[in-house]
Amino acid sequence: MTEPLLSVRDLSVAFHQGGHESLAVDRVSFDIQPGEVVALVGESGSGKSVTANSVLKLLPYPSASHPSGSILFEGRDMLTASDAELRHVRGNDITMIFQEPMTSLNPLHTIEQQVAEILELHQAMTGDAARARVIELLNQVGIREPEKRLKAYPHELSGGQRQRVMIAMALANRPKLLIADEPTTALDVTVQAQILELLKKLQHDYGMSILFITHDLGIVRRFADRVGVMTKGRIVEQGAVADVFERPAHDYTRHLLDSEPRGEPPAADPSRSVVMEGKDIRVWFPIKAGFLRKVVDHVKAVDGIDVTLRAGETVGIVGESGSGKTTLGLALARLISSQGRISFIGKDINEYSFKQMRPLRDRLQVVFQDPFGSLSPRMSVSDIIAEGLRVHQPQLSFEERDRQVSWSLEEVGLDPATRWRFPHEFSGGQRQRIAIARAMVLKPRFVMLDEPTSALDMTVQAQVVDLLRDLQQKHDLAYLFISHDLKVVKALANHVIVMRSGKVMEEGPSAEIFAEPKNDYTKALMAAAFNLKAVRTQAVSQ
Amino acid sequence: MASVAERTAPAAPPRRGLLSPTNLRRWQNFKANRRGYWSFWIFMVLFVLSLCAELIANDRPLMVSYKGEMLFPVVVNYPEEKFGGFLATTDYRSDYIQQEIQGNGWMIWPPVRYSYQTVNSEIPHSAPTQPFWLMDKAERCAAYPLKDADPNCTLGNMNWLGTDDQARDVLSRLIYGFRISVLFGLALTILSALIGVTAGAIQGFFGGWTDLLMQRFIEIWSSMPVLYILLIIAAILPPGFFVLLGIMLLFQWVGFVGVVRAEFLRARNFEYVRAARALGVGDWTIMFRHLLPNAMVATLTFLPFILSGSIATLTSLDFLGFGMPPGSPSLGEMIAQGKNNLQAPWLGLTAFFAMSVMLSLLIFIGEAVRDAFDPRKTFR
Repeated sequence: MTEPLLSVRDLSVAFHQGGHESLAVDRVSFDIQPGEVVALVGESGSGKSVTANSVLKLLPYPSASHPSGSILFEGRDMLTASDAELRHVRGNDITMIFQEPMTSLNPLHTIEQQVAEILELHQAMTGDAARARVIELLNQVGIREPEKRLKAYPHELSGGQRQRVMIAMALANRPKLLIADEPTTALDVTVQAQILELLKKLQHDYGMSILFITHDLGIVRRFADRVGVMTKGRIVEQGAVADVFERPAHDYTRHLLDSEPRGEPPAADPSRSVVMEGKDIRVWFPIKAGFLRKVVDHVKAVDGIDVTLRAGETVGIVGESGSGKTTLGLALARLISSQGRISFIGKDINEYSFKQMRPLRDRLQVVFQDPFGSLSPRMSVSDIIAEGLRVHQPQLSFEERDRQVSWSLEEVGLDPATRWRFPHEFSGGQRQRIAIARAMVLKPRFVMLDEPTSALDMTVQAQVVDLLRDLQQKHDLAYLFISHDLKVVKALANHVIVMRSGKVMEEGPSAEIFAEPKNDYTKALMAAAFNLKAVRTQAVSQ
Repeated sequence: MASVAERTAPAAPPRRGLLSPTNLRRWQNFKANRRGYWSFWIFMVLFVLSLCAELIANDRPLMVSYKGEMLFPVVVNYPEEKFGGFLATTDYRSDYIQQEIQGNGWMIWPPVRYSYQTVNSEIPHSAPTQPFWLMDKAERCAAYPLKDADPNCTLGNMNWLGTDDQARDVLSRLIYGFRISVLFGLALTILSALIGVTAGAIQGFFGGWTDLLMQRFIEIWSSMPVLYILLIIAAILPPGFFVLLGIMLLFQWVGFVGVVRAEFLRARNFEYVRAARALGVGDWTIMFRHLLPNAMVATLTFLPFILSGSIATLTSLDFLGFGMPPGSPSLGEMIAQGKNNLQAPWLGLTAFFAMSVMLSLLIFIGEAVRDAFDPRKTFR
């Protein structure tokens, strides 16, 4: 066996805050051979990103420290290297790409300036030579007509294109090791598949090693040679990908592999009563121009969509970001104004004012995507859940209200004794349960679920999906389930609408859609979601 | 369901300490800024002491025993006929009353026997006179009938910081002036915070035309020449604490609007606000329960700086002569006297040191408050 390119031995990372010390990474060891892809997989808070960041010493020192361990890169210990040595390695031998392409590029510099800066810093390359190399790099990462893109600013590029630029910057100095920290998490599935393919190809062309940080087992399976499974700061299992996936040795790995959302949605029953019906719903945002702010055009966020929801059924709305699926949900819940008829339990609510809507709000509830943003940080869980009760059932006494709060917490699987705590004391999954309890305590007929699982870890996702299905059966709820995650939709929805740019691409019973998609776009979406394959078609975005 | 109810009773929330965990962390951050923490306590001690100014510096005794009767001249206004005189109010400093009371009982004076407008008629030479410790014993009591053997030639009758050009005790005026400055600053800050936060909240929450119109109004309003308006109004209305407070309030509240408006504009699109809307919660409840706590952090951070600004404004108005009515104790007036009487440096120096200590303390406190509310601040 050859000398490993990177050898992490017994690495620990501790954080100090306010006199407390917490160990984020606990004696982690792994090796990366030249030309090898190693994945670190784990849930949020498992210490995988911290491990990756310590390789280049990018942690917030001195509040972070390394009680033990060494990181040997080509025989040099990075932990004891001087700042000058580190600067030489950073961006040169080891480069990094980050999760959030929206914020990791400087918005005030053009693409050319940003890529050329790295060339200038490490290779002293300027002028025409630098420009030629920038164009070459942009070509390699698959940006079409790079000459025209040189003067573009980051905001003129899509998320996928920005991530490609980030990769171009990372490759500029032909690094030996690329650290990719969840590089595709913020991207749509079709774009994710393209980026992964690009990385794979570049890794092959350049012969570099990749340390890949992800929470997505699907990516690991297709992409990595070896994998380390991390939880609570430790690597509990590592080995070749095939071995770990076929014969998981550790309980946690098995638990992780088991946690794909499963189960079947309840069968559709056309005889059930219609809870919510939308006809030809349109949400157009006007584009105003000129001195008099004349409306010159519209952004058609939702453009003529029909939805029918029956009691006990789930309609899944699927699409990439910007397809208008959330806007459609908000329009149906009457949280934004729209055109077109919306009838809810027999009432035409599309003309109702906010005041007129208020008596209906208890039967029409919403669960939002981000469980960290949707709970007010300054209110106790009890107050958060009781807020709707105060509005809709003001006659309740404190004891009655408290009983309902406890009962709804119990229903979503949380201990009612925790209701005096504040949201920050709960994990992401628990918070999402609280958000669901807030909706359920009002006994709604219709619940709009706006990506309720996408901010959660894999294992938690599966639990929340199960919970939602149980609640639906118990209370005969109609769900409008909005998601970009096809696996979750498959487990919950019995009717699927595939949306793109505000229009329906394909619609039908979910079994049919998932089994034989007819539309090219749907096919591309399925291939990307279930096989991580990029389909070369005009149907998908870049 | 019943089982849940049984298990979870009693329903009362558990007692948490005086402070929520967030506030406890803030208090610890505040304490960690040692300079601000000490400034806070020094300022509080000075402020509380100045609130009891009547008990520290007064031209009336705290307690009098006269012919077997206990009297409290500090609180009760006794006519002079009680002691055999004829005036409506008693001048306890006069020789006649003093002899009358000493002859039939006793009295306890406060540490400083001058109020802010008491004229010291026993000054050794023409006012202003220097602090007593700059004169020898014979000189400082030269004006008393029995010279330095006079029973009134005591420490309480001495002018610790000298007298001003109307022979009033500077220390006493300093104590009263400090109190009125801080009270004025506090009142102005609290009232303008109330108005400014409300205006900013309305602007930020409703946005659109409301925001646009109010923002334009504020731009016009804040470009008014405040000083000239003050001069004009001072010519019409009689000067006084509340008139000044009202006039300055007209212009001071604008400072808070920007901060609160920005905070509301940011937070009104938060998901928990949207979630509250989806629950059918009304606008005003959302503003108070969900948005205001966010904006309060910015406001509280701003508060000590506005407070010191208000005090400085009042002082400068007093200095120019457009502030408090003549005769009222004020630091600005003392600075003006110092300017007019350069031969009496104790006037200007006293006012200067009082102002700089007071404003520095407030700024230090403000810095500590800012640290306390900074969520990214960590202390190791």
